[in-house]
Amino acid sequence: MAVLAVAAFMALALLTANPGPPVETFVVLPSADGHTGAVVVQRGENRQLLNEPYATSRSTDSQVRHLSAFQVSHAYAPALRALPARPASFLLYFVTGTDELTDESRRQLEKVLAELRARPLPDVLVIGHTDTMGDALANDELSAQRAERVKGFLIGIGIPGERIRIAGRGERELLVPTADEVDEPRNRRVEINVR
Amino acid sequence: MRASLAAILFWISAAAIAADAGEVKVVHGRAYLERAGERLALRVGMPVREADRVVTGPDGTVGITFADNSLLSIGPNSDFAIERYVFDSTTHAGQFDSRLTQGTLAGVSGKIVKQSPEAMRVHTPSAIMGVRGTDFVVRVGDAKH
Repeated sequence: MAVLAVAAFMALALLTANPGPPVETFVVLPSADGHTGAVVVQRGENRQLLNEPYATSRSTDSQVRHLSAFQVSHAYAPALRALPARPASFLLYFVTGTDELTDESRRQLEKVLAELRARPLPDVLVIGHTDTMGDALANDELSAQRAERVKGFLIGIGIPGERIRIAGRGERELLVPTADEVDEPRNRRVEINVR
Repeated sequence: MRASLAAILFWISAAAIAADAGEVKVVHGRAYLERAGERLALRVGMPVREADRVVTGPDGTVGITFADNSLLSIGPNSDFAIERYVFDSTTHAGQFDSRLTQGTLAGVSGKIVKQSPEAMRVHTPSAIMGVRGTDFVVRVGDAKH
C-alpha cells in the first residue's frame, strides 16, 4: 500500500515537474537613449528578427508578438533591477597651462563626483589632454598632471586608488583639431570614464 | 578550513593570471559562481571569465559589467554560463557567447557588437539569439507573459 502511494506520488511529481521543454522568450527593449536595436532569434530553420520596442519571440509561437512595457518590467523586474550602472564618461576643463579646473568645471565636478559616488564599485579610467600651446613633451607632463589631479578628487570621495587608472595623452588626441600653438579651451581637458 | 583558504588563495592568484571577461558589480541574495568544479558564493568585485557558471537561488540576482562594456544581469532561479569571451580593447573585435539554461537574463550590448553585429550571442536550450546593438531580456521556463 505504502509502495503504491509512493509510486503514485512519484508519477504525479514527474507529471507536474516535467511539462515538456521549457518555454523560451526573447524580448528587445528600447535602450536608455530611446533607440531600439535588434536581435535575431534562430530556432532550428526558423529565424526571427526583433527590431521594434518589446518585439517578442517565443518558442511556443510562430509569430513575433509585442509585449507591453508594463508586462516586461513586471515579469523581468529582478533581473532588470540587477543590471549594473551603464558605463559613463565625463569631461572636465582646465585653465591654460595649469592643472586647475575652470570655474565652470569646478561647479561641474560636484555633479560628476555625486554620480561616481552612487556606483558601488566604480572602475575608472582618467585620461588627461592638453591643447597645442607649448612644447609637446611639456604637454605630455601637463596632461599627466591633470589626470593625477582628477585622480586625487576621486580618491577624496573614497574610490580606492587601485581602481583608478590614469593616462596622459598630451596633445595627441585633440577634441577640436587645431594647428600647433593654438589656445583651444575644449582641448584642455580630462576625460573620466567610469563603469 | 585550511583547504578552503588554500582554495581561495589559489582562486585569487588564478584570477590575477587569467584574462578576466568582466567583474561582478551587483549581488543580491544567494548567488554562486561555479569554476573548475568549485562553488563560490558570489561577491561584488569578483572577476568572471570564460567557462564560469553563475547559479542563483530563489532570491538571487547578479549584475556583471564586461570588458567591452556589455552589461548582463541574471535573475532568480537561473543557470547561466559564459562559454566564450574574447575582446580586443584596441580593435574592439571580439566574440561573446553565453548560455541561459534556466531562468531570466537582462542585457545591454557593448563595444563588441558595435564592431561586429551578432558577435554577442545568447544560447538557450532550443535557440540562439544574436544581438545587434540593443537592450534585451530572455527567459527560459515558467513564462507568465
